[in-house]
Amino acid sequence: MERTGEVLLLLVLMTDFAVLVTDRLSTCIRIMAAQGVLLGLLPFASGAAIGVHTVVLSLGTIAIKSIVLPRVLSWAIREAEVRRELEPSIGPIGMVVLGLVAVGVAFGVATRLPHAGATVLPGLVPVSLASLMMGFVVLTTRRKALSLVIGYLMLENGIYVFGLTLAGAIPLLVEMGVLLDVLVGVFIMGLVVFQIHRQLETQDSRRLTELRD
Amino acid sequence: MSGSATTALAVVLIIAPLLPSLASRTVAFITGRRGAPLLQPYRDLVKLLGKRAVYSRTTTGVFRAAPIAVLATPLLAAALVPFDGHGSLAGFAGDAIAFAGLLALGRMLLALGGLDTGSSFEGMGASRELAFASFIEPALFLCFAALALTTGELSLGRMLGGAIDRGWAQAPASLAMVGVSLFVVMLAEASRGPVDDPATHLELTMIHEVTILDHSGPDLAFLLYGSALKFALFAALVVDTLMPRTGWPTPLAVAALIPALAVVAVLVGVIESTFARLRLVQVPQFLAGAAALAALGVILRVR
Repeated sequence: MERTGEVLLLLVLMTDFAVLVTDRLSTCIRIMAAQGVLLGLLPFASGAAIGVHTVVLSLGTIAIKSIVLPRVLSWAIREAEVRRELEPSIGPIGMVVLGLVAVGVAFGVATRLPHAGATVLPGLVPVSLASLMMGFVVLTTRRKALSLVIGYLMLENGIYVFGLTLAGAIPLLVEMGVLLDVLVGVFIMGLVVFQIHRQLETQDSRRLTELRD
Repeated sequence: MSGSATTALAVVLIIAPLLPSLASRTVAFITGRRGAPLLQPYRDLVKLLGKRAVYSRTTTGVFRAAPIAVLATPLLAAALVPFDGHGSLAGFAGDAIAFAGLLALGRMLLALGGLDTGSSFEGMGASRELAFASFIEPALFLCFAALALTTGELSLGRMLGGAIDRGWAQAPASLAMVGVSLFVVMLAEASRGPVDDPATHLELTMIHEVTILDHSGPDLAFLLYGSALKFALFAALVVDTLMPRTGWPTPLAVAALIPALAVVAVLVGVIESTFARLRLVQVPQFLAGAAALAALGVILRVR
C-alpha cells in the first residue's frame, strides 16, 4: 500500500516536470488531466481508512480535475486559438533545473518541518511543497494567460496533496467545497482568458500591466 | 567469483556485435522489412579485418590511433563492469569515474581522428559527438552518484554486484530512475534511437557514422566492434541496475545476462522505430531530461 502511494507521488512529480518542459498547451492540459487521475487515486494509497469519505473524495477529484477542468481549458484554447506558449522566457533545460531546485528545497525543508514525518505516507509533504513551488515557477515564467491557469492548477494540486495528510480530520463537506472553489476559479479564469483574447487579440500577460477602464 | 566474472566478460565480448544487429533487425521487422541476418556484423568484421586500411595523405598518426583507442577503452572499461551480477574482474573505490573517463578518452581520440581528416563533414560529426557528450556525461555521473548513495559502495563491481539488493530494498524509486536514465544514456552512447540514426547515410544528419566515414579495413572493424562493445557495456549497466542477480547462483546469473541484453536491444529497436528522431537542438533537452531524472534519484536519496 505504502509502495503504491510512493509510486503515485513520484508520478505526480513527473507530471509536474512534464508540464514544466512542455510548450504545447493542449499537451499541458492532458498532462494535468493525468495528474488529476493520480491525485484521485492517492487517497486510497495514503494509508487512511477507506470509507465513503475517501471514495467520494476520489471520485470528485477525478471528475473535476481530470474531466471537467480539462474540458473547460480545451474549450478556452479552441475559442482563443492559442496552441503554444510562444517565446517562453526560460528554455526547457532551465525549467528542469528550476524544477530540480524546487524538489531539492522541498525535500530539504520537509524533513525539518515538525510532524512532517508523522504522516502515514512520508512523501506527501515534500511532494506537495515541490508541486506548489513548480506551480509558482510556471506562474512566473510563462506569459500566456492560459499557461498561468495551468500554473495555478499545479499550485492547487500541491495544496490538495498537503491536505491529504489530514485526510481523516477534514470533513468531507469542506474538501468538496475546496474542489468546487477550484472548479469555479478555473471556469472564471477560462472565461477571462477568452475575454482578454477578444479584447486585446493576444494572451500575452505582459500587456496586462496597465490598468484602465 | 573471478572465474564467473571472466566467463561473463568473455560472453559479452562474443555477443557484443549482436546487440546493434538485433536492434536493427527489430526496426526492420517493425517497419515490415526482413533486415540483415543477425550474424551479419560478424561477417562484416571478418571481411574488414581481411582488407587493407587506406589512409589519406592528409592524415597523421592521430587518425590511425583513433580506432585503437575506440577499441581499447571499452575493453578496459569492461573489466570494471560486473557482468555476472556479482563482481567485476577489476575494481577499486571510485572506479565509476575511471569508467566514464576511459569512455571519454576513446571519444576524444575518435573526435580528433575525425578532425584529422580535414573533411568538414567529419569535423561536424566530431563536434556533434562532443557536444552531446557534454550532456551525456553529467547524466552518467549523476546515475553513478545515485547508485553510490543508494548502495553505499564506491566501486562499480560492488555497487551493481553486491549491494544493489540493499539499494532496491531501501530506495526503489531512486534506482528505478537511475535505470531509466542509464537507458537514455545508453541510447545516446550507442548512437541509437531518437538521438542518432545508425541507418542514415546522409552526411548532414549523421553523428557517429560521419565521424568514422574515412576509416577503412581493420580500422573500421575496430571502430564497429568498439562501439558495439560500448552499447553492450551500457546495456549491461542497465540490466545490472534493473535486474539485480546478487542472490542467483553464478551460472544462472551469467546465463540470464544473454536474454536480458537481447531484451534491451529489442527495446532499443522498438524505441528507434516508434519515436521520430529528435531534431539536433532537441537532443540536449532529451539528455538533460535523463540527467534530471538521475538528479531526482540523488535528491530522493539525500533528503
